Amino acid sequence: MNNKVANLTRGFLKENPVFVLLLGMCPTLGTTTSAINGLGMGLATAFVLVMSNLVISLIKGFIPDKVRIPAFIVVIASFVTIVDLLMQGYLPALHAQLGLFIPLIVVNCIVLGRAEAFASKNGAIDSILDGLGMGLGFSFALTVLGGVREILGSGALFGFPLHIFPTDDKGSPITMIVFILAPGAFLVLGYLIAIIRKINN
Amino acid sequence: MEYVLIIIAAIFVNNVVLSQFLGVCPFLGVSGKVSTSIGMSGAVMFVITIATIVTWLLQNYVLVPFHIEFLQTITFILVIAALVQMVEIILKKVSPSLYQALGIFLPLITTNCAVLGVAILTIQKDFNLMEGVVFAMSTSIGFGLAMVLFSGIREHLDRMEVPKGMQGIPSALIVAGILALAFMGFTGLA
Repeated sequence: MNNKVANLTRGFLKENPVFVLLLGMCPTLGTTTSAINGLGMGLATAFVLVMSNLVISLIKGFIPDKVRIPAFIVVIASFVTIVDLLMQGYLPALHAQLGLFIPLIVVNCIVLGRAEAFASKNGAIDSILDGLGMGLGFSFALTVLGGVREILGSGALFGFPLHIFPTDDKGSPITMIVFILAPGAFLVLGYLIAIIRKINN
Repeated sequence: MEYVLIIIAAIFVNNVVLSQFLGVCPFLGVSGKVSTSIGMSGAVMFVITIATIVTWLLQNYVLVPFHIEFLQTITFILVIAALVQMVEIILKKVSPSLYQALGIFLPLITTNCAVLGVAILTIQKDFNLMEGVVFAMSTSIGFGLAMVLFSGIREHLDRMEVPKGMQGIPSALIVAGILALAFMGFTGLA
Protein backbone atom coordinates (compact mmCIF):
# COMPACT_ATOMS: atom_id res chain seq x y z
CA MET A 1 0.00 0.00 0.00
CA ASN A 2 2.77 2.41 0.97
CA ASN A 3 4.42 1.56 -2.28
CA LYS A 4 1.31 2.59 -4.22
CA VAL A 5 1.10 5.91 -2.38
CA ALA A 6 4.78 6.49 -3.07
CA ASN A 7 4.24 5.78 -6.79
CA LEU A 8 1.50 8.39 -6.86
CA THR A 9 3.09 11.17 -4.82
CA ARG A 10 6.65 10.86 -6.08
CA GLY A 11 6.01 13.14 -9.04
CA PHE A 12 4.95 16.19 -7.02
CA LEU A 13 7.98 17.62 -5.27
CA LYS A 14 10.73 15.07 -4.76
CA GLU A 15 10.83 13.86 -8.35
CA ASN A 16 8.89 16.64 -10.01
CA PRO A 17 9.48 16.15 -13.74
CA VAL A 18 9.98 19.86 -14.42
CA PHE A 19 11.55 21.34 -11.31
CA VAL A 20 13.78 18.43 -10.32
CA LEU A 21 14.24 16.07 -13.30
CA LEU A 22 14.25 18.95 -15.83
CA LEU A 23 12.29 16.97 -18.42
CA GLY A 24 9.82 18.30 -20.95
CA MET A 25 11.25 21.81 -21.04
CA CYS A 26 9.77 22.82 -24.40
CA PRO A 27 6.07 22.74 -23.48
CA THR A 28 6.95 23.99 -19.99
CA LEU A 29 8.44 27.17 -21.39
CA GLY A 30 6.33 27.47 -24.50
CA THR A 31 2.77 27.20 -23.19
CA THR A 32 2.81 28.82 -19.75
CA THR A 33 1.75 32.34 -20.63
CA SER A 34 -1.17 31.94 -18.21
CA ALA A 35 -2.22 29.55 -15.45
CA ILE A 36 -5.08 28.17 -17.56
CA ASN A 37 -2.81 27.39 -20.51
CA GLY A 38 -0.30 25.71 -18.19
CA LEU A 39 -3.02 23.62 -16.57
CA GLY A 40 -4.51 22.65 -19.94
CA MET A 41 -1.16 21.57 -21.32
CA GLY A 42 -0.37 19.70 -18.09
CA LEU A 43 -3.64 17.78 -18.09
CA ALA A 44 -3.35 16.90 -21.78
CA THR A 45 0.10 15.49 -21.11
CA ALA A 46 -1.15 13.70 -17.98
CA PHE A 47 -3.88 11.98 -20.01
CA VAL A 48 -1.37 10.77 -22.59
CA LEU A 49 0.98 9.68 -19.82
CA VAL A 50 -1.63 7.63 -17.93
CA MET A 51 -3.11 5.99 -21.03
CA SER A 52 0.22 5.15 -22.66
CA ASN A 53 1.60 3.83 -19.36
CA LEU A 54 -1.49 1.60 -19.02
CA VAL A 55 -1.37 0.24 -22.58
CA ILE A 56 2.39 -0.28 -22.54
CA SER A 57 2.29 -2.12 -19.21
CA LEU A 58 -0.40 -4.40 -20.68
CA ILE A 59 1.35 -5.19 -23.97
CA LYS A 60 4.93 -5.23 -22.70
CA GLY A 61 5.05 -9.04 -22.89
CA PHE A 62 4.25 -9.08 -26.62
CA ILE A 63 6.79 -6.51 -27.81
CA PRO A 64 10.18 -7.85 -28.90
CA ASP A 65 12.89 -6.03 -27.02
CA LYS A 66 14.60 -4.68 -30.13
CA VAL A 67 11.62 -2.75 -31.47
CA ARG A 68 10.22 -1.61 -28.14
CA ILE A 69 11.04 2.11 -28.59
CA PRO A 70 9.24 2.46 -31.97
CA ALA A 71 6.34 0.43 -30.53
CA PHE A 72 6.12 2.76 -27.54
CA ILE A 73 6.21 5.78 -29.85
CA VAL A 74 3.28 4.42 -31.88
CA VAL A 75 1.22 3.90 -28.71
CA ILE A 76 2.07 7.39 -27.45
CA ALA A 77 1.42 9.02 -30.83
CA SER A 78 -2.03 7.37 -31.01
CA PHE A 79 -3.07 8.89 -27.70
CA VAL A 80 -1.60 12.26 -28.67
CA THR A 81 -3.73 12.17 -31.82
CA ILE A 82 -6.80 11.36 -29.70
CA VAL A 83 -6.10 14.30 -27.36
CA ASP A 84 -5.42 16.59 -30.32
CA LEU A 85 -8.74 15.74 -31.99
CA LEU A 86 -10.73 15.88 -28.72
CA MET A 87 -9.34 19.29 -27.80
CA GLN A 88 -9.92 20.58 -31.32
CA GLY A 89 -13.55 19.54 -30.99
CA TYR A 90 -14.41 20.47 -27.41
CA LEU A 91 -11.86 23.14 -26.38
CA PRO A 92 -11.09 24.99 -29.62
CA ALA A 93 -9.89 28.18 -27.86
CA LEU A 94 -7.38 26.36 -25.68
CA HIS A 95 -6.34 24.19 -28.62
CA ALA A 96 -5.55 27.31 -30.65
CA GLN A 97 -3.52 28.75 -27.76
CA LEU A 98 -1.42 25.64 -27.23
CA GLY A 99 -1.10 25.09 -30.97
CA LEU A 100 1.99 23.23 -32.03
CA PHE A 101 2.72 21.94 -28.55
CA ILE A 102 -0.15 19.42 -28.56
CA PRO A 103 1.32 17.20 -31.33
CA LEU A 104 4.71 17.76 -29.72
CA ILE A 105 3.60 15.81 -26.62
CA VAL A 106 4.89 12.84 -28.67
CA VAL A 107 8.48 13.96 -28.24
CA ASN A 108 8.05 15.02 -24.61
CA CYS A 109 10.80 13.10 -22.84
CA ILE A 110 8.62 12.55 -19.76
CA VAL A 111 6.16 10.34 -21.63
CA LEU A 112 8.70 8.12 -23.37
CA GLY A 113 10.90 8.23 -20.27
CA ARG A 114 8.17 6.84 -17.99
CA ALA A 115 7.18 4.24 -20.58
CA GLU A 116 10.75 2.99 -20.80
CA ALA A 117 11.74 3.37 -17.15
CA PHE A 118 8.52 2.33 -15.40
CA ALA A 119 5.64 0.97 -17.47
CA SER A 120 7.77 -1.54 -19.37
CA LYS A 121 8.77 -3.16 -16.08
CA ASN A 122 5.69 -2.86 -13.83
CA GLY A 123 2.06 -3.95 -13.68
CA ALA A 124 -0.99 -2.05 -14.91
CA ILE A 125 -2.14 -0.50 -11.60
CA ASP A 126 1.31 0.73 -10.60
CA SER A 127 1.86 2.13 -14.08
CA ILE A 128 -1.42 4.06 -13.96
CA LEU A 129 -0.50 5.50 -10.55
CA ASP A 130 2.97 6.41 -11.75
CA GLY A 131 1.56 8.10 -14.86
CA LEU A 132 -1.04 9.93 -12.81
CA GLY A 133 1.54 11.12 -10.27
CA MET A 134 4.00 12.27 -12.89
CA GLY A 135 1.22 13.85 -14.97
CA LEU A 136 -0.20 15.74 -12.01
CA GLY A 137 3.30 16.82 -10.95
CA PHE A 138 3.85 18.12 -14.47
CA SER A 139 0.47 19.92 -14.43
CA PHE A 140 1.30 21.36 -11.00
CA ALA A 141 4.62 22.72 -12.24
CA LEU A 142 3.10 24.21 -15.39
CA THR A 143 0.23 25.79 -13.46
CA VAL A 144 2.62 27.38 -10.92
CA LEU A 145 4.88 28.66 -13.68
CA GLY A 146 1.89 29.93 -15.70
CA GLY A 147 0.36 31.48 -12.57
CA VAL A 148 3.51 33.42 -11.65
CA ARG A 149 3.95 34.64 -15.21
CA GLU A 150 0.27 35.62 -15.48
CA ILE A 151 0.34 37.55 -12.18
CA LEU A 152 3.49 39.48 -13.12
CA GLY A 153 2.78 39.84 -16.81
CA SER A 154 -0.93 40.53 -16.98
CA GLY A 155 -1.89 41.24 -13.36
CA ALA A 156 -4.39 38.40 -13.23
CA LEU A 157 -4.69 34.79 -12.13
CA PHE A 158 -6.76 32.19 -14.02
CA GLY A 159 -8.12 35.15 -15.99
CA PHE A 160 -9.41 37.07 -12.94
CA PRO A 161 -7.85 40.56 -12.57
CA LEU A 162 -6.02 41.01 -9.25
CA HIS A 163 -5.71 44.85 -9.17
CA ILE A 164 -2.19 44.75 -7.76
CA PHE A 165 -0.60 47.01 -10.37
CA PRO A 166 -1.19 50.77 -10.79
CA THR A 167 -3.47 51.67 -13.70
CA ASP A 168 -2.83 54.07 -16.57
CA ASP A 169 -5.13 56.82 -17.87
CA LYS A 170 -7.45 54.35 -19.60
CA GLY A 171 -7.77 52.19 -16.47
CA SER A 172 -5.79 49.17 -17.69
CA PRO A 173 -3.06 47.92 -15.33
CA ILE A 174 0.60 48.72 -16.04
CA THR A 175 2.17 45.26 -15.89
CA MET A 176 5.57 43.77 -16.59
CA ILE A 177 4.74 42.45 -20.04
CA VAL A 178 8.15 40.83 -20.45
CA PHE A 179 6.98 38.02 -18.17
CA ILE A 180 4.37 36.75 -20.63
CA LEU A 181 6.84 37.08 -23.49
CA ALA A 182 9.59 34.58 -24.26
CA PRO A 183 12.35 35.86 -21.89
CA GLY A 184 9.99 35.76 -18.89
CA ALA A 185 9.57 32.01 -19.29
CA PHE A 186 13.31 31.39 -18.85
CA LEU A 187 13.68 33.90 -16.00
CA VAL A 188 10.71 32.67 -13.93
CA LEU A 189 11.60 28.98 -14.42
CA GLY A 190 15.20 29.66 -13.37
CA TYR A 191 14.14 31.30 -10.13
CA LEU A 192 11.41 28.69 -9.45
CA ILE A 193 13.93 25.84 -9.79
CA ALA A 194 16.27 27.61 -7.39
CA ILE A 195 13.43 28.05 -4.87
CA ILE A 196 12.30 24.40 -5.17
CA ARG A 197 15.91 23.25 -4.63
CA LYS A 198 16.02 25.32 -1.45
CA ILE A 199 12.74 23.73 -0.24
CA ASN A 200 13.85 20.18 -1.08
CA ASN A 201 17.07 20.63 0.88
CA MET B 1 12.92 38.52 -51.59
CA GLU B 2 10.49 36.10 -50.01
CA TYR B 3 13.33 33.73 -49.22
CA VAL B 4 15.34 36.52 -47.56
CA LEU B 5 12.31 37.25 -45.39
CA ILE B 6 11.95 33.58 -44.41
CA ILE B 7 15.66 33.33 -43.58
CA ILE B 8 15.82 36.45 -41.41
CA ALA B 9 12.55 35.63 -39.66
CA ALA B 10 13.64 32.07 -38.87
CA ILE B 11 17.17 32.90 -37.68
CA PHE B 12 16.64 36.09 -35.70
CA VAL B 13 13.04 37.18 -35.21
CA ASN B 14 11.38 33.85 -34.40
CA ASN B 15 14.50 32.11 -33.17
CA VAL B 16 13.59 28.46 -32.73
CA VAL B 17 14.97 28.13 -29.21
CA LEU B 18 14.71 31.60 -27.75
CA SER B 19 11.27 32.61 -28.94
CA GLN B 20 9.51 29.41 -30.06
CA PHE B 21 10.86 27.14 -27.32
CA LEU B 22 11.60 24.21 -29.61
CA GLY B 23 14.70 22.14 -28.93
CA VAL B 24 15.19 23.49 -25.43
CA CYS B 25 16.31 20.10 -24.04
CA PRO B 26 19.53 19.85 -26.11
CA PHE B 27 19.92 23.61 -25.70
CA LEU B 28 20.18 23.18 -21.94
CA GLY B 29 21.65 19.71 -21.92
CA VAL B 30 24.52 19.68 -24.44
CA SER B 31 25.56 23.30 -24.33
CA GLY B 32 28.34 23.07 -21.77
CA LYS B 33 31.11 23.41 -24.35
CA VAL B 34 31.34 25.35 -27.60
CA SER B 35 32.79 22.37 -29.51
CA THR B 36 29.97 19.97 -28.55
CA SER B 37 27.32 22.53 -29.32
CA ILE B 38 28.78 23.06 -32.80
CA GLY B 39 28.65 19.28 -33.37
CA MET B 40 25.08 19.09 -32.13
CA SER B 41 24.00 22.02 -34.31
CA GLY B 42 25.55 20.37 -37.36
CA ALA B 43 23.71 17.12 -36.70
CA VAL B 44 20.43 18.96 -36.09
CA MET B 45 20.78 20.95 -39.29
CA PHE B 46 21.39 17.77 -41.27
CA VAL B 47 18.40 15.92 -39.80
CA ILE B 48 15.95 18.83 -39.78
CA THR B 49 16.53 19.56 -43.47
CA ILE B 50 16.18 15.93 -44.58
CA ALA B 51 13.21 15.34 -42.28
CA THR B 52 11.40 18.40 -43.60
CA ILE B 53 11.84 17.28 -47.21
CA VAL B 54 10.62 13.74 -46.49
CA THR B 55 7.66 14.77 -44.32
CA TRP B 56 6.62 17.44 -46.84
CA LEU B 57 6.57 14.86 -49.63
CA LEU B 58 4.65 12.41 -47.42
CA GLN B 59 2.08 15.02 -46.42
CA ASN B 60 1.42 16.23 -49.96
CA TYR B 61 1.66 12.95 -51.88
CA VAL B 62 0.32 10.42 -49.36
CA LEU B 63 -1.63 11.93 -46.47
CA VAL B 64 -3.57 14.60 -48.38
CA PRO B 65 -4.55 12.51 -51.47
CA PHE B 66 -5.84 9.70 -49.23
CA HIS B 67 -7.54 12.11 -46.77
CA ILE B 68 -5.71 10.71 -43.75
CA GLU B 69 -4.24 13.95 -42.44
CA PHE B 70 -5.18 12.94 -38.89
CA LEU B 71 -2.35 10.39 -39.02
CA GLN B 72 0.14 13.25 -39.37
CA THR B 73 1.62 13.02 -35.87
CA ILE B 74 2.14 9.25 -35.98
CA THR B 75 3.60 9.16 -39.50
CA PHE B 76 5.89 12.11 -38.96
CA ILE B 77 7.42 10.86 -35.73
CA LEU B 78 7.93 7.36 -37.11
CA VAL B 79 9.49 8.72 -40.30
CA ILE B 80 11.79 10.96 -38.28
CA ALA B 81 12.83 8.12 -35.98
CA ALA B 82 13.53 5.84 -38.93
CA LEU B 83 15.32 8.62 -40.79
CA VAL B 84 17.66 9.32 -37.90
CA GLN B 85 18.58 5.63 -37.76
CA MET B 86 19.13 5.55 -41.52
CA VAL B 87 21.25 8.70 -41.53
CA GLU B 88 23.34 7.16 -38.79
CA ILE B 89 23.92 3.93 -40.74
CA ILE B 90 24.63 5.68 -44.05
CA LEU B 91 26.96 8.19 -42.45
CA LYS B 92 28.90 5.41 -40.76
CA LYS B 93 29.54 3.76 -44.14
CA VAL B 94 29.97 6.76 -46.43
CA SER B 95 31.77 9.30 -44.29
CA PRO B 96 33.35 7.91 -41.14
CA SER B 97 34.93 11.26 -40.30
CA LEU B 98 31.59 13.06 -40.36
CA TYR B 99 30.13 10.18 -38.36
CA GLN B 100 32.87 10.63 -35.78
CA ALA B 101 31.91 14.28 -35.45
CA LEU B 102 28.11 13.95 -35.43
CA GLY B 103 27.54 10.31 -34.46
CA ILE B 104 26.99 10.60 -30.74
CA PHE B 105 24.41 13.35 -31.22
CA LEU B 106 22.25 11.52 -33.74
CA PRO B 107 20.30 9.20 -31.39
CA LEU B 108 19.45 12.21 -29.22
CA ILE B 109 17.84 14.00 -32.13
CA THR B 110 14.74 11.77 -32.43
CA THR B 111 13.35 13.35 -29.29
CA ASN B 112 14.45 16.85 -30.23
CA CYS B 113 11.13 18.59 -30.63
CA ALA B 114 12.61 21.09 -33.08
CA VAL B 115 12.70 18.38 -35.77
CA LEU B 116 9.03 17.40 -35.49
CA GLY B 117 8.12 21.03 -34.77
CA VAL B 118 9.72 22.36 -37.96
CA ALA B 119 8.17 19.54 -40.00
CA ILE B 120 4.69 20.41 -38.71
CA LEU B 121 5.25 24.18 -38.99
CA THR B 122 6.28 23.80 -42.63
CA ILE B 123 2.93 22.12 -43.32
CA GLN B 124 0.96 24.63 -41.22
CA LYS B 125 2.55 27.62 -42.97
CA ASP B 126 1.65 26.17 -46.40
CA PHE B 127 5.21 26.42 -47.69
CA ASN B 128 6.11 24.82 -50.99
CA LEU B 129 9.02 22.39 -51.00
CA MET B 130 11.71 24.99 -51.74
CA GLU B 131 10.40 27.40 -49.10
CA GLY B 132 10.21 24.50 -46.67
CA VAL B 133 13.84 23.60 -47.25
CA VAL B 134 14.97 27.21 -46.84
CA PHE B 135 12.83 27.51 -43.70
CA ALA B 136 14.24 24.29 -42.24
CA MET B 137 17.84 25.26 -42.96
CA SER B 138 17.53 28.76 -41.56
CA THR B 139 15.69 27.49 -38.50
CA SER B 140 18.57 25.14 -37.79
CA ILE B 141 21.07 27.96 -38.34
CA GLY B 142 19.09 29.88 -35.73
CA PHE B 143 19.31 26.85 -33.44
CA GLY B 144 23.07 26.69 -33.99
CA LEU B 145 23.48 30.40 -33.38
CA ALA B 146 21.60 30.22 -30.08
CA MET B 147 23.50 27.07 -29.03
CA VAL B 148 26.95 28.49 -29.77
CA LEU B 149 26.23 31.86 -28.12
CA PHE B 150 24.77 30.16 -25.08
CA SER B 151 27.57 27.64 -24.67
CA GLY B 152 30.14 30.42 -25.02
CA ILE B 153 28.49 32.26 -22.15
CA ARG B 154 28.20 29.08 -20.09
CA GLU B 155 31.90 28.31 -20.44
CA HIS B 156 32.57 31.65 -18.78
CA LEU B 157 29.78 31.15 -16.27
CA ASP B 158 31.50 28.00 -14.99
CA ARG B 159 34.40 30.10 -13.78
CA MET B 160 32.20 32.62 -11.96
CA GLU B 161 31.13 32.46 -8.36
CA VAL B 162 27.42 31.76 -8.40
CA PRO B 163 25.26 31.47 -5.24
CA LYS B 164 24.79 27.80 -4.31
CA GLY B 165 21.09 27.48 -5.11
CA MET B 166 21.57 29.12 -8.51
CA GLN B 167 24.40 26.89 -9.68
CA GLY B 168 23.91 24.90 -12.87
CA ILE B 169 20.50 24.96 -14.51
CA PRO B 170 18.90 27.95 -12.70
CA SER B 171 21.69 30.34 -13.68
CA ALA B 172 21.76 28.84 -17.18
CA LEU B 173 18.02 29.57 -17.49
CA ILE B 174 18.53 33.18 -16.36
CA VAL B 175 21.27 33.55 -18.99
CA ALA B 176 18.91 32.10 -21.60
CA GLY B 177 16.28 34.62 -20.49
CA ILE B 178 18.68 37.53 -20.99
CA LEU B 179 19.71 36.10 -24.36
CA ALA B 180 16.02 35.87 -25.32
CA LEU B 181 15.62 39.48 -24.23
CA ALA B 182 18.48 40.44 -26.54
CA PHE B 183 16.90 38.52 -29.44
CA MET B 184 13.65 40.43 -28.87
CA GLY B 185 15.55 43.42 -30.23
CA PHE B 186 15.19 41.83 -33.68
CA THR B 187 11.37 42.06 -33.51
CA GLY B 188 10.14 44.15 -36.40
CA LEU B 189 12.98 43.21 -38.73
CA ALA B 190 10.75 40.82 -40.67
